[in-house]
Amino acid sequence: MNAQHVAQSEQVKALVTRQKWGPIGLLIAVLIYLLYAWDAFNMTEVLGKARMEKGVLLLSDAIAHKVHVVQDLRRDQFSVSVEGERTATYDESRPMPAWVQGGSTDFQVSLSDGYRVVVKDRQVRYQVPGYGDVLIEIDAKALSLTLPPGQTALPDGFRFGPTKFDARPQFNQRLQVSRSKIEVHRYFFGWENFWFPFRSAFHGLSVSELWTLTQSSERVDPTTSNVALMIDHFWNNPDWQHGIIAVAIFETVLMAVLGTMTAAIIALPLAFIAARNFNPEATSRFLIRRVFDFVRGIDTLIWSLIFIRAFGLGPLTGIMAIAVTDAGSFGKLFSEAMENVDNKQIQGIEATGANRVQKYRYGVLPQLMPVFLSQFLYWMESNMRSATVIGALGAGGIGLVLVETMRTQRDWENVFYIIVLTILMVVIMDSLSGRLRQRLITGGKPR
Amino acid sequence: MTDALIRLENQRRLYTGLGLVIAIAILVSGYQSAESLNSGGFVQGLSKFFDYPSQIVREAIAKGPEFWPLFPRFFPALIETLNIALVATLIGGLLAMILSLAATRNLDVPDRLIPVIRRIMDIMRAFPELIIALFLIFVLGASPVPAAIAVAFHTAGALGKLFSEINENIDVKQIEGLKATGASWIQRVRYGVIPQVLPNYTSYFLLRLEINVRASAILGFVGAGGIGSELARSIGWGDGAITSALFLMLFATIVIIDQLSSALRRRLTVATGGHSA
Repeated sequence: MNAQHVAQSEQVKALVTRQKWGPIGLLIAVLIYLLYAWDAFNMTEVLGKARMEKGVLLLSDAIAHKVHVVQDLRRDQFSVSVEGERTATYDESRPMPAWVQGGSTDFQVSLSDGYRVVVKDRQVRYQVPGYGDVLIEIDAKALSLTLPPGQTALPDGFRFGPTKFDARPQFNQRLQVSRSKIEVHRYFFGWENFWFPFRSAFHGLSVSELWTLTQSSERVDPTTSNVALMIDHFWNNPDWQHGIIAVAIFETVLMAVLGTMTAAIIALPLAFIAARNFNPEATSRFLIRRVFDFVRGIDTLIWSLIFIRAFGLGPLTGIMAIAVTDAGSFGKLFSEAMENVDNKQIQGIEATGANRVQKYRYGVLPQLMPVFLSQFLYWMESNMRSATVIGALGAGGIGLVLVETMRTQRDWENVFYIIVLTILMVVIMDSLSGRLRQRLITGGKPR
Repeated sequence: MTDALIRLENQRRLYTGLGLVIAIAILVSGYQSAESLNSGGFVQGLSKFFDYPSQIVREAIAKGPEFWPLFPRFFPALIETLNIALVATLIGGLLAMILSLAATRNLDVPDRLIPVIRRIMDIMRAFPELIIALFLIFVLGASPVPAAIAVAFHTAGALGKLFSEINENIDVKQIEGLKATGASWIQRVRYGVIPQVLPNYTSYFLLRLEINVRASAILGFVGAGGIGSELARSIGWGDGAITSALFLMLFATIVIIDQLSSALRRRLTVATGGHSA
C-alpha cells in the first residue's frame, strides 16, 4: 500500500465518519433546542395549569344536549327549557317531559341512575344513591348544607360554599344552587332541534311523517306550501343557524377561489416582465421581482388587517388579502417556470414562419399551462385554510362564525358542528383539486 | 392520421375555451356576490385603501425619536413567534419523517399499513390550524404552546406527504445492497435511505419553516402569543405607532427568513446536483 492509498482511505474514513455522525449531531442539536423551547414556553407551568376537563367537557357537550329545569327565586319563576333557550321552553302547547313533576316552588326532577332532586319551599333535597340525601336550605343571606346521617364529607364532584352549591357526580347531570336560583341540568345524547326549531310544527316528526306532510294538500300554514315552510324552518333554525353558516362557508370558498384566481390574473403578465428570457431589460426585471418579494413579505396577516379597515366585514376583504399576497408568490413561481421553458419548441414554431402571437400561443403557453394550473390548484387548496384564518381575524366567513361561537362558550355542539363543516369543506376542496391536478398530469385522457 | 390530429386539436381547443368561459363566469358572478355580501363596496373600499396605512405612519412619525425603542421592546415577542414556528416545524418534521418512512414501499412495511398511514397524513393536512389552536387555547389557556402544537400537527401531515413522495423516488439498490450484508431495518434506513433523502427533506423543511413563521404570527392574533398577540393588542388600543413598528418587524423578519431559506436551498440543490452528476 503506497502513501496515496493511505491518504485516500483516510479520506474515505473521514467521509464515512461524517456521514455516520452528521445526522446524529443534527439530532442532538435539535433536542437541545427543543429543551430550550420547553423552558422558553414555560411548558411545565402550562401543563400544570392545563384544564383537561375543559376539553373533555367540550367534546362531550359537543355530542349531547341538556334540558334546564330552573327555579328563579328572585322573580319567582319556574321553567323547563332545552339549553336554557327562551325559544325552546316547555309550556301549554308543549307539555313538560315526564321526568319533571310539579312546578313553581314544589317540583321533583328524576335523573339517571336513581339520582333525584326534590325541591320544596327553598329546600333542595338531592337524593344520591348509595350515599344518602344532601339537603341544601336557602335563606336570604346564605346557603346551609346538611349531610345525611353517618356521612362526614361530600362525595366527589360536589362543591359547597356559602353562596353556591355545585354538583356534577356524573357527566349527564348537574345541580347548581345559589341564593337566587336552583338549576338542574339533565343531559341527553344527540343534537337537539337540529332539523327544526322547537316551536316548529315539524319538530320531532319522523321522516315518514314529514314525507306524508310534503305529499299532503293540507297546509300547516295556509299561506305557503308545506315543503317551502319546511325549508324555511330548517334554514332559519335559530339554534343551529344553518342558513347563516351556509352563507359563511360560501363566503370562505369565495375568498379562496376568487382570491387565487385574481392573484393568478395579476401575476401572469407581470411574470413575463420578471422572466429573463422574455424581458432582456435588467432594471424592470429587478424592480418587478422586488415588488413580488415586497408583497409576499407583507404577508396575509398584515394585508388582511389593512383590507379589513378599507373594505369592512365581508368576502371582498379576504379576496383582496389573498389576491395581493399570492400575486407575489405566483409572480415568483410563474417567472421561474418561464425561465425553464424549452427553447427548441419555440424555435420550431418560429421556423414555420409564425408571428409573435402564434409563437406564444403554440410555443410557450402549452409548456406553461400544466405548471400554472397545477400551481394554481395547489395554492387554492392551501388558501381554503388561509381563508378560514383571515375570516377569524375579522374578515367574516366561517372563521369568524367559529371564533364568535367559541367566545360565547355555551353551545359547544354548535362549535363542533361548525368545525365538522369546515373540515368537510377543506377536505372536499382538497380532493376536488387533487383530482383535477391528477387529470392535468395524465393529460385528462384515460390511460 | 391528420384527421385524428385535427380532431384532437379541436377537442383541446374546445376544452380550453370551455375552461376559459367557466373561469370568467366564476369571476364575474363571484365578484358580484362578494360585492353584495360585503359591508362596504369594492370601489369605496379601494378609495379608502391608503387611509389606514397612512394614519399609522403619521402616528409613528409623530412619536419622533421615541419610535425606535419600540423595536427592542417587542423583540421578545418576535422571538416567541420564531420559536413557535421553529418548534412546530421541527416536531412536525420529525413526525413527518416517521410517518413517511412507515408509508414507504421497499422498507418491509406491511402492505396494509401504507394506505392507512397515508390517510392519516391526509387528515392531519386537512385540519385547519385555526381550529386546533382555538381548541387548545381553550384547554391550555392563552400561550404559545397551542399554536406550536396546531402548526406542528398540520406540518406533520403536509411534510409527511412530500417526504413520502421523496421516499418513493429513492434508489432501491442501496437498500438491497445493505440488506444483502445482513443490515437490520434501522441500519438500512440509517445508511440506505437517510443519506439519499436528507438534502430534499431539508429543502422542504426550510420551505415549510417560511410558511410556519407566517402561520405562527397569524395564530398569535387569535390568542396564541408572540408578535401576533401584540399586534392584536395594539390594534385594539388604536396605537398606530406600535402597530407600524410591529408591521415593520414582521415584514423584515419574513423577508430575511425567506431570503435565508432560499439561499440555503439553492446551496443544497447545487450540492446534490453536483454529487449526482
